[in-house]
Amino acid sequence: MDIARLSRIDEWTWAVPRAAGEARHEARLYGSRTLLEAMDDKVLEQITNVARLPGLVGPAYAMPDAHWGYGFPIGGVAAFDPEHGGIVSAGGVGFDISCGIRCLRTDLTVGDVAPNAEMLGDALLRSIPAGVGVEGAIRLDDRQLDAVLLGGARWAVEHGYGVAEDLAFIEEHGRIDGALPGNVSSLAKKRQRGEMGTLGSGNHYLELQRVERVFDERAAAAYGLFTDQVLVSIHCGSRGLGHQIGTEFLVSLAKAASRLGIALPDRELACAPIRSPEGEEYLGAMNAAINCALANRQILAHLTRQAFARRFPLAKLDTLYDVSHNTCKAERHKVDGRERLLYVHRKGATRAFGPGHPAIPAAYREVGQPVIIGGSMGTGSYILAGTKQSEERAWSSASHGAGRAMSRNQALRRWRGRAVVEELGNRGIVIRSNSMRGIAEEAPGAYKDIDEVAEATERAGLARRVASLRPLVCVKG
Amino acid sequence: MSAATPPNVEYFDHDADTGVIGRGTTLAEAFVHAAEATFGLMCDVDAVEPRERIDVEFTEADPELALVTWLNLLLAHANARGLALGRFALAQDGDRWRGVARGEAWHDGLERGTQVKGATLTALRVARQGDGWDARCVVDL
Repeated sequence: MDIARLSRIDEWTWAVPRAAGEARHEARLYGSRTLLEAMDDKVLEQITNVARLPGLVGPAYAMPDAHWGYGFPIGGVAAFDPEHGGIVSAGGVGFDISCGIRCLRTDLTVGDVAPNAEMLGDALLRSIPAGVGVEGAIRLDDRQLDAVLLGGARWAVEHGYGVAEDLAFIEEHGRIDGALPGNVSSLAKKRQRGEMGTLGSGNHYLELQRVERVFDERAAAAYGLFTDQVLVSIHCGSRGLGHQIGTEFLVSLAKAASRLGIALPDRELACAPIRSPEGEEYLGAMNAAINCALANRQILAHLTRQAFARRFPLAKLDTLYDVSHNTCKAERHKVDGRERLLYVHRKGATRAFGPGHPAIPAAYREVGQPVIIGGSMGTGSYILAGTKQSEERAWSSASHGAGRAMSRNQALRRWRGRAVVEELGNRGIVIRSNSMRGIAEEAPGAYKDIDEVAEATERAGLARRVASLRPLVCVKG
Repeated sequence: MSAATPPNVEYFDHDADTGVIGRGTTLAEAFVHAAEATFGLMCDVDAVEPRERIDVEFTEADPELALVTWLNLLLAHANARGLALGRFALAQDGDRWRGVARGEAWHDGLERGTQVKGATLTALRVARQGDGWDARCVVDL
């Protein structure tokens, strides 16, 4: 990105200047000069387009890991007021609705796990259905699937996948209100029949990680983290059901916008007023997909525990937290000193409530909501904590991942899957996958510097670093 | 010396995902090649045996939305039936489209690539190119 096109507010905050007479809200980007220079110009174009949407409240934001997305940039955050013509956008949520990360905290150390890494990698690849065309063991009829779409992770716990204690540590306590399974097409439900409890492919993964460094002792203690502890992170979403909902509403909302007289600067910003039949229909389906994703990660957490139990029967794998990345959620935020109900789109961004927020589990309330930034399989990830400041900086939002530094095609031209597996093996990182092509596409060098993204997230006041994680075993889809 | 003819199936770069391009002498042929490009991200389409059949039919007057609809119907039905697809045919009659795809159930003998979640409206373009058509869009992986 040509940062000469931006005005600098402070070292970590940038804005897209408005042309004379240009009627739009502020478009604001967070990140270091280096991160912004590495971003595609499309990020600037897309976040500026978001700033033109009806009913936007405050600026449209791009997180430090932003990259070119669909309508919204990935890493885009925007809030809309339903009482002032605010819209809901399928492009502002994306195809993989509620894609997110479940993080499990074990009581094992790297000393316990490293000698068993190969065996655990094999066991997890056998236990976790992963990759394109790989189905799970769970088969649900339409009535049972509707119960999943209403119940989310609570449905999973009620059916023996995991324990009730998990629910307190999942956003929305494992189930979001407002799901309308009747708004989900029969084709979307058919796509989900073989996909409950599956990981998917692409950038989805299950990773064993060690806590490398603790930055914030107090928050780490609250989260139950210590150096050399082993964590498990599961990154996936709402699978075929969410993809189909995204697909169908992207086209139908693009047509609705035209019919409703909403001038879209980009068709991919497909949207309708929140208070319209089209908007309400999408929200009902999208909330059903959120519950599908929450149930899916709950089932995968259960399968992970089963795989661990064969080698470590006494090990504890408690849910640290479960965050979603691609959502539009109704939240109450202060605007000019007055609390208002806003629909906050986070497309490739993490909710990051600060200390004291009532939605945070009691055990974490004094330090803020855990924020998980997933990195590449060679570099690592971060646990951060939401800050009070983030409320006014970006409606309590933060980065979600490292973000790609190069396209999949470029990665395929540069790397071979087997060579990547061997190179990471030499560094003590065990990789298991059914797709060598997928490994090449996801090579660590194809991603941005996760350390820089995490630092920029903290310096921009979006969330503060609690601990850095380094991979031990990665199962890729 | 004439310029080299561009391939019927090609890809273009996108930050997080991939762009697919299909070219052909007719719109329908370009769409068929776009389907080959899309399913080629998930498997080696030449290795897929045509044991099962999927029929799709839709009405769409806008050629760009027709491309996205065609690809997304194939992706949805292939996913719902657990099939890898390798062969495609499509006929256009005004704004009516009828297509057939053939493939087989996923098995360990098929190379697994990356699942395509959906065809998007990003970088979506269907346009005349020389004597034929160029159909392209970004697909979400």
